[in-house]
Amino acid sequence: MQFPILSVIVFTPLVTALLILLMKPERKTEVRVAALAAASFALLLSIWVFISYDKTAAGYQFLEQYSWLPALGISYHVGVDGMSAPLVLLTGIVMFTGVLISWGIDDRPREFFAFLFLLAGGVFGVFVSLDLFMLFFFYEIAVFPMYLLIVIWGWVKTREYAAMKLTIYLFLGSVMALVGALAMYWINYQNTGVLTFDMLQLEKAGFSSQFQAIWFMPVFMGFAILGGIFPFHNWSPDGHVAAPTAVSMFHAGVLMKLGAFAALRVGVMLLPEGAKQWAWLIFILAMINVVYGAFIAMIQTDLKYVIGFSSVSHMGLVMLGIATLTPEGLTGAGLQMFSHGIMTALFFASVGMIYDRAHTRMIPELGGMVKALPFVAIAFTIGGLVGMGMPGFSGFVAEFPIFMGVWKTQWLAAVIASISIIVTAAYILIAVRKVFFGEMPEKFEGHITPITALDKVALFTLVLLMTGLGAFPNLMAPMISLGVQNVLRLLGGA
Amino acid sequence: MDFISTHLLTSILFFPVLAALAILFFPKEQLRLIRWTALIASLVPFVLSLMLWGRFDASAAGFQSVEQYPWYDAIHSSFHVGVDGLSLTMVMLTTLLTPLAILASFGVTDRVKAYMILFLLLETGMLGVFMAVDLLIFFVFWEVGLVPMYFLINQWGSANRNYASLKFMIYTMGGSLGLLLAIQMLGVTFQTYDLVALYERWNAFNPATFLGMPIETVKTIAFWAFVIAFAIKVPVWPFHTWLPDAHTEAPTAGSMLLAGVLLKLGAYGFLRLVLPLYPAQAAQYAGWLAFLAVMAIIFGALGAYGQNDFKRLVAYSSVNHMGFVLLGVAAAAKVAGTADATIALNGAVFQMFNHGLSAAGMFFLVGVIYERAHTRDLDKLGGLFPIVPVYGGILLFTSMASLGLPGMSGFVSEFLVVRGAWASMPVFAALAMLGLLMTGAYILKAIKKVLHGPLNEHWAQGEHKLTDISAREVMVIAPLMALTLILGIWPAWLLDVVNKAMSMLF
Amino acid sequence: MNLNLFAILPEMLLALLAVLILILDPLFKSDSRRVNLGWLAAGGLTLVLLISFLVGKPAENALALGGMVRFDWFAFAFKMFFIFAAAITALLMMDAEALANRAEAYVLLLAATIGMNLMAASADLVMLYLAIETTSIPLYVLAGFLTNDDKSTEAGFKYLLFGAMTSAILLYGFSLLFGFTGTTNLAAMAASLATPTLFSLGALLLVLVGFGFKTSIVPFHFWAPDVYEGAPTPIAGFLSTASKAAGFAVLLRFFLTVFPQTGSQWQYTLAVISILTMTIGNLVALAQKNIKRMLAYSSIAHAGYALIGVVAASTLGTASAIFYMLAYILTNLAAFAIVTVAGRVIGSDDLRAYDGLSRRSPYLALAMLVAFLSLAGMPPFGGFVAKLLVFAAGVEKGWFGLVIAGIINSIIGVYYYLTTLKYVYLYRMEGENEEAHPIPVSRPYAIALTVLVAGVILLGTFFAPWYDLTVKAAASLF
Repeated sequence: MQFPILSVIVFTPLVTALLILLMKPERKTEVRVAALAAASFALLLSIWVFISYDKTAAGYQFLEQYSWLPALGISYHVGVDGMSAPLVLLTGIVMFTGVLISWGIDDRPREFFAFLFLLAGGVFGVFVSLDLFMLFFFYEIAVFPMYLLIVIWGWVKTREYAAMKLTIYLFLGSVMALVGALAMYWINYQNTGVLTFDMLQLEKAGFSSQFQAIWFMPVFMGFAILGGIFPFHNWSPDGHVAAPTAVSMFHAGVLMKLGAFAALRVGVMLLPEGAKQWAWLIFILAMINVVYGAFIAMIQTDLKYVIGFSSVSHMGLVMLGIATLTPEGLTGAGLQMFSHGIMTALFFASVGMIYDRAHTRMIPELGGMVKALPFVAIAFTIGGLVGMGMPGFSGFVAEFPIFMGVWKTQWLAAVIASISIIVTAAYILIAVRKVFFGEMPEKFEGHITPITALDKVALFTLVLLMTGLGAFPNLMAPMISLGVQNVLRLLGGA
Repeated sequence: MDFISTHLLTSILFFPVLAALAILFFPKEQLRLIRWTALIASLVPFVLSLMLWGRFDASAAGFQSVEQYPWYDAIHSSFHVGVDGLSLTMVMLTTLLTPLAILASFGVTDRVKAYMILFLLLETGMLGVFMAVDLLIFFVFWEVGLVPMYFLINQWGSANRNYASLKFMIYTMGGSLGLLLAIQMLGVTFQTYDLVALYERWNAFNPATFLGMPIETVKTIAFWAFVIAFAIKVPVWPFHTWLPDAHTEAPTAGSMLLAGVLLKLGAYGFLRLVLPLYPAQAAQYAGWLAFLAVMAIIFGALGAYGQNDFKRLVAYSSVNHMGFVLLGVAAAAKVAGTADATIALNGAVFQMFNHGLSAAGMFFLVGVIYERAHTRDLDKLGGLFPIVPVYGGILLFTSMASLGLPGMSGFVSEFLVVRGAWASMPVFAALAMLGLLMTGAYILKAIKKVLHGPLNEHWAQGEHKLTDISAREVMVIAPLMALTLILGIWPAWLLDVVNKAMSMLF
Repeated sequence: MNLNLFAILPEMLLALLAVLILILDPLFKSDSRRVNLGWLAAGGLTLVLLISFLVGKPAENALALGGMVRFDWFAFAFKMFFIFAAAITALLMMDAEALANRAEAYVLLLAATIGMNLMAASADLVMLYLAIETTSIPLYVLAGFLTNDDKSTEAGFKYLLFGAMTSAILLYGFSLLFGFTGTTNLAAMAASLATPTLFSLGALLLVLVGFGFKTSIVPFHFWAPDVYEGAPTPIAGFLSTASKAAGFAVLLRFFLTVFPQTGSQWQYTLAVISILTMTIGNLVALAQKNIKRMLAYSSIAHAGYALIGVVAASTLGTASAIFYMLAYILTNLAAFAIVTVAGRVIGSDDLRAYDGLSRRSPYLALAMLVAFLSLAGMPPFGGFVAKLLVFAAGVEKGWFGLVIAGIINSIIGVYYYLTTLKYVYLYRMEGENEEAHPIPVSRPYAIALTVLVAGVILLGTFFAPWYDLTVKAAASLF
């Protein structure tokens, strides 16, 4: 039997969460070390999955299937394709860096890391699951620790409101999608007489186009809420702002991808006819995300809100890529998920470091941070360049194909969406300049302590990935193209 | 050695990046080490590009020293670089000016490490544009070059740098939007970004309607998208307003490269992309282009004359000089394929090279005086010739080069442009001549205000006493002066290469 | 006549245990009585559970004891649930001095359990009514057991009054049914009622009143919050779980046996009741400031979710309802166990009194997290699977409106469950010196909580064997 690598990846954080909970609460350092060890282990394994994915064979790999509830056709079925393998890697990276920069958490670190790992386990689970039930199972596991993480360790002013808003939105979305999933399940049963939640089988179910037209929107939108799609994007900036640093990283870096990914995997791949019928609407909504998000980000003064709304805008690009249903658009969406994940993780990590020292995130109150925190300044700037879609960085190699896909679908939209590029460039440059350069306000002089070596490792990892992927898109793009072919096959070669 | 000869272009292109990475790990207090490493590192591409020049076969068509590696298979873009006579000239110019600019910035004391790293990265960005034979790679380097420049202006510029750097960035990025979209359209349509393939296929592409519009309309829109992107970079009137701001605020060496190389990127775009991809549209709108060019020449000159800031004056002179390049392009577009066209193009390319030399020199000299006097206000200077005689001599020489004095290289190129344009667009050619006259006016004004006239006693003694130009600074300007003179007297060695390239390309 | 005594093996064992307790009670010294009685009851119940499980499995579904009870998997499954709940309740009672010092409390608990077991098994109107009364009367007493406590007395009294009245209405309904059909056997009745008339429908409604009281569904839920608040907390837990589950057992068996054909009136009636129950339960729970009242309203709401499975009236529907009850028993018992433990130290059931609980006792807070998230329907806990199954059953039979109502309600539920967790995890005690006020968890509580939390997680992760059991149980009704 083959080494069950995906299961090990999924259960490493879950088991670690349990083990950490059994440790004594006073032994904070041991808790942290255990967390770091587990995160490194999961990271190594996810790198291994990424590297050893056989690009000549394509399709789903590292498959494992165990019966879970045979009577209802529920099985524990995992595997990755070209689309999900990069996201598994992304999760591993964000988890690793998240642990590094959360080293300093002093209030109940045991619970913090346990919840964080529960979240990570859920995220891994969704990315690898090939069973619809299992997907929902892990989806919810990924969502609810957010509430506690935000409410307990979040920003005092808004955490209660934001955490509840986030949870309710996401829960609403997921149950909406759940009803659609159940409908698929039963219709498939009526058609074939087989009870199964297995997505590989449901792909072949051949749902009638009327059925698909009805159920595509609830399923897609249900998940897309977590992807921050307009007009259900409101929870996301609030959530980002309120969350503690590592959670923001997870939230924007990975969790929003969870929504987009599940919307693609369940919505588009299982209901391709419906996707074709409704693509125009998703397209329009995503366009609004892109442009509106960028404009709102420009007028924010809280640095975290700037990034929060930029996430809305960037995730709009992911949705836009998916909505084009073209090879380029989908490939770009896949790359954008990875690139944006790394980028926002970096942004939130940097903002967290600044906030911990300056105790403010208001852009007008900050300034001259480059002198005290040069490393953060460089990292944040590079993140900004990625966000602007500057060529040479990962944002460009992701956004470019998306725009190509848009060209294929509706060229006028490409022209409109490109406005966001300029707006994004403007707000990012202004934010970078005001926060890091210029004069440092006197009250900060001498109060800004340097960041730790662990922080540097985290930032460096993220920067390296963004520049690496930007310079060598072939590291990841071919793999994603393989996953895209899988999607296109279901769409009937569209 | 074998590796270098098979990977000559990539070696030139990426050596500065490697050097920048190395400098990253130097301790930031070691100023001398950093400076010298940067200088030597920037000399390596120069030496390599001399090698490239040596083995370049001017009479062979197409791109040479080609290298191609898979880069982004998913969208059919490859890392494809190569040079022809046109790009070779520009590569030479870049690798020549960068070490000089670095040498010129030995006086920088603030965050030297970051400064040098940015400079080296900037060099790679510029070289990449000139070498790219893949449209996407072209665009990548086109934009990447902006970043180091933005930070150079923003971090080491003078008082109004925030405004200027943002304006520079947003203008250029905004200008590139249309380019980006047009590139995407090409890529989506042909599933390739390879320039050689696109030259053929886009010109042969003639369906009745495309994207729901007549193909002519689409091509015209795409043509203007390209033109605007490059026109902003050149910059052509009326898109030139970012330039004086950026120049005024940029540090000296930044201005040298900005005027010397970055502006050429736009002109290079016209020659490399606009003319080959849109010959019909270019011919159709040649009159408009020529109009813009002449406006740039005249308003550039008038603008320069109106300045009291020495650096702004030189900046406007760039607008004026680059107008000739565009005029050459426009004239060539109108009568493509004729001998006149080749002459105009020769003039344009040669003008690009010459302006690279003279503008870099002028900005450097402005920097030299500013470093000493801490003012660039022409009214506050005056009568400095006796105090700084060597500097005065050099300034005089460089100004004359800029002015296009016969015997200097500028004369040759401007003459060629006007000669090429004369037959097809006599009115514009005549107006351009008028502009040339005004060039003389503002250059002479500058010289008069700086070197002659009543001496401002302030600079003659005491703590403000100006020192003459230093040996290091002479080292910077000397190669520029020498080349200007050589090219003025014996332009054939360069023009030959350019000429062959132009006649083969168009 | 089938005299298979295995059909009532658990009940006999329970009776034996009750007698044993009464015999041994005088032998215990007064200072150790509480502990000994508790362990005896809990241990005995566990033993009963084991023996019944090993020996008492039904071989085939058949009527037994002259048609009074049915010896089938349905009854068996529910009996196991009840005995388990009783065992846990016995553990929880041990530290409640006023309860646990008296052997009668345990005996009443056992008597009620016997009644519930019979409720799940009875196949005859007469037996059914007797079983219901056997369950109710000990519970009236237990609810009012703390005679020194006004609230407890009030709870007992209220419960008695409501119970007596609905019981009378139920009896009236039974007699009408008997009048229409001439039989008291449920299966035989089905044939006569194949074409429902207005009268039979009326009788049905009367019967529903009685069942509604036991399951505390709207509009027969008024007693629940007051009684839960007043009754001793372990008893409230027992009332809200086992007793409610017994009501569901009766509801399922009665309706599916008497009206086997689907699409009949009672489904629509129950669908409306289900929506009302969920919505009112959840909305009122939102406003509660007392944790026991909050749990009371939440338990009303949960009855509504479970009703979706009943309404679906399919094998999956029934199985899902049974599964829901199982998950609910585990989860809600855990919730009440925590309230018992915490309430003893805190001395208040006010939600604000739970401020800083996670700092005072991290593990108790964790157990609370598990219980409340399971109630909210989050994986990997039993509540998630249960809700999913119920919804799946609803979607299968096309009850989309009902399922959507259920979904909206579960979102409301998420709100107040999470709000409670916020008190536990986020807020600080007054003075912020939680370390000085730890909450000790005695051994019986620790055992009960560990078992329950493990059960909740087990049910949410390795659900296959449990689901198979519920399907087996459900299948025996069709």
